[in-house]
Amino acid sequence: MAIALSHAEGGGRGGASAPPVLRIEGLSKSFGGAQALDNVSLTVRHGEVHGLLGQNGSGKSTLIKILSGFHSPDGSPKIEIDGRSVSLPVSLAALRANGVSFVHQHLGLLPSLTVLENLLLSDFAAENRWYVDWRAEARRARRLFERYDIRLEPTSPLADLTPVERAQLAIVRAFDEVTRDKGQALTRGLLVLDEPTPFLPAQDVDALFKLIRGIVADGASVIFVSHDIDEVLEITDRATVLRDGRVAGVFETAATSKAEVIRLIVGEHVDLEALRPAAKELAAPSIVISGLSGGSLGPFSVSLAPGEVVGLTGLIGSGYDEVVYMTYGAAAAAAGAIEIDGVRSEIASLTPRLSIARGCVLIPGDRLAAGAVASLSVKENLNQPVMESVSRAWALSDAKLARNAAALVGRFDVRPRDPAILFASLSGGNQQKVLLAKWFQTRPRLILLDEPTQGVDIGARAQVFAAIAEAARQGAAVLCASSDYEQLTAICDRVLIFNRGRVAQELVGAQISKPAIAEACYKIE
Amino acid sequence: MIKTRAAGEGARARQTWGDWFERLALLLVWAATIALFGALRPDSFLTWSNFATILGSQSVIVVIALGLIVPLTAGDYDLSIASNLTFAATILAVLNVNHGLPIGVAIAAALAAGLAVGLVNGFFVLYFRMNSLIVTMGVGTFAHGLTLWLGDQQTISGVSDRLVNAVIVDRFLGVPLGFYYALILCAILWYVLSYTALGRRLLFVGRGRDVARLSGIAVDRVRLGGFVCSGLMGAVAGILYVGTTAAADPSSGLTFLLPAFAAAFLGATSINPGRFNPWGTIISVYSLVTGITGLSILGVSTFVQDLFYGGALVIAVTLSQIVRGREERLA
Repeated sequence: MAIALSHAEGGGRGGASAPPVLRIEGLSKSFGGAQALDNVSLTVRHGEVHGLLGQNGSGKSTLIKILSGFHSPDGSPKIEIDGRSVSLPVSLAALRANGVSFVHQHLGLLPSLTVLENLLLSDFAAENRWYVDWRAEARRARRLFERYDIRLEPTSPLADLTPVERAQLAIVRAFDEVTRDKGQALTRGLLVLDEPTPFLPAQDVDALFKLIRGIVADGASVIFVSHDIDEVLEITDRATVLRDGRVAGVFETAATSKAEVIRLIVGEHVDLEALRPAAKELAAPSIVISGLSGGSLGPFSVSLAPGEVVGLTGLIGSGYDEVVYMTYGAAAAAAGAIEIDGVRSEIASLTPRLSIARGCVLIPGDRLAAGAVASLSVKENLNQPVMESVSRAWALSDAKLARNAAALVGRFDVRPRDPAILFASLSGGNQQKVLLAKWFQTRPRLILLDEPTQGVDIGARAQVFAAIAEAARQGAAVLCASSDYEQLTAICDRVLIFNRGRVAQELVGAQISKPAIAEACYKIE
Repeated sequence: MIKTRAAGEGARARQTWGDWFERLALLLVWAATIALFGALRPDSFLTWSNFATILGSQSVIVVIALGLIVPLTAGDYDLSIASNLTFAATILAVLNVNHGLPIGVAIAAALAAGLAVGLVNGFFVLYFRMNSLIVTMGVGTFAHGLTLWLGDQQTISGVSDRLVNAVIVDRFLGVPLGFYYALILCAILWYVLSYTALGRRLLFVGRGRDVARLSGIAVDRVRLGGFVCSGLMGAVAGILYVGTTAAADPSSGLTFLLPAFAAAFLGATSINPGRFNPWGTIISVYSLVTGITGLSILGVSTFVQDLFYGGALVIAVTLSQIVRGREERLA
């Protein structure tokens, strides 16, 4: 089903007579018994920013992997770059020759090298350079950065760069790869940006979009892969939506509403606004954090009642993201105290072990590095905090642990429903559900969350909100640090907006809405 | 959700057969080795005394290999374990032979020495946040220096008969008791690693140290426990070693380091592929030794040992990579 597919110029340049910069037809791919892509087509016009949307499992990443040569497709689909047919499987040389470059989600940068070395990385990989004129290269790099208004110094070590600076570098590098005197008269470069924004806060995303508009103005075309609908609506000219391995629709961004896009992605209508919690009857506060300070955070205090969900947000650097880690004892705090149900502890002396013993749990934002062990099974990860209570510590019963895991997997709707599979093989949304299950089963008094919907597809988002609401209903207080205003609107009773380490504003109840939060964050500067 | 065709059923069944084959492959290789050499030299190879000797005398390597897998599971290397063996053996011999102390006291002192080495390893690795590879290599070399000093760089022989009897002379079902000590240690280790919360915590620390810390596991305590365990096991191996030869010499124990690592890694490809496990380790030791013994009965020189152990280590690590790579690709 296609929505508003128009043959107008849109963002396209070069007129209707020029071949599209990329045309894919009849692309299919199956893995064993699973059909990942089924007769998919994609057309990207010259000079347009074309979005690629889809839930986890929609085939989005398989498509990108085939385009980058990581997989070979089934049968013989047609892949044409600038009208020229490309032989399959796609090779790196063919991509370079045709002016296609990729920025993958993990950016492909080396922290121990300098900005300039990273910039030239693919040149070193592809050609034998017997002499590198570093000074000339540095001058060229500075000119390149100035052109797109990026403040980067070629000699600085990459490790010093902030996440948005790294993303900018990766994108500029990709553009540089395809436009450097490679002798391509027709193509002005196709950049494939694969989820470049999930770990960036909103303000940095704007900087990135400015860069993308800059390079498009210089003639590049861009494929922008994302599961963030708002970003796609902001930056793209047209977009293709994949669902269950097929094209669900292609739309003109300017002519399409968010609700229509959601319907294309999910296949049914999901009303996120309706998930706004009803006003609650709250008891007296049972959890008090007082005088928490350290890092960029000034003295911070908050009280939470059982069942209350409090959101923390602000611009990057305002310190809101450090609160949950310090409260848990995972990051060093300079001062502060926390009282949970009358038991008081000095935060500086807290460790994760002690916090858990006091009924406080943390679900970190980086699932694979800090939330669960990727190479172990879902069952082993789920049972880790409760081994001694589910089964005896000196005689673990595999049957009891398996039963516990199966019950949790069922209750939290983790797909696939197989606790024996590796944690790393789950999609982001299902991983998050496992983490919630892992900690919520301990019936904590205080739940600390950091970016709980990061990298979670839209189908699982609603389930994550529901799980948090349910835990709150059972009496836990929730403190949630997030840069996702929509998520905060869906679950919070109060939202605290930070600025320069202190709470600048508080929104309560009906005051909370996505535009209200955004306004509160941006207007203080 | 991605559609799945019904062909998945057949694939799943085949996967189970493949799983079983992988788990038992090493056992099959061992059986094949026995069959091969048995066919070539039935008179000297296929005798019960030959097997009894293999099982009994190689119990020392089994114990060190078992000692290694505890810190390995937690993600740490203990390169000092062979020097630890020699150190403990020398202390036992010096106290028992040179100073005439009762064998029980000498054994206790040897165990204390092993414990001390383990604690020293743990202290430097954990308190100063240093790489275990470097620290244990240094501590091991230092311990070797102490060994040479204490034993005056000589072999000390004449250790009490009681120890020798308990390890290599007395037999049960024709096999020296030393084998059974190793077997019991293997069973204890298997139980702790598989059926206790402590064993699970060890695995978590090794597979995701940050995750373990944030999940409330006392990571440093677990890793220290790993080093102490390998220290003690190294000392036990030293005691067994003195029992097999009635003497302590300052250098031959060092040659056990590589075979122990080879067996630990090769063991991780068998029985419970992808994880260091005691049964796989014990099978690896004996299948490697069977091959070496068979070849020396055929008249091949002792250099064949290095070929076997070196080759086994490389093949084992390669196979482990393939197993882990496949696990990650299933994602």
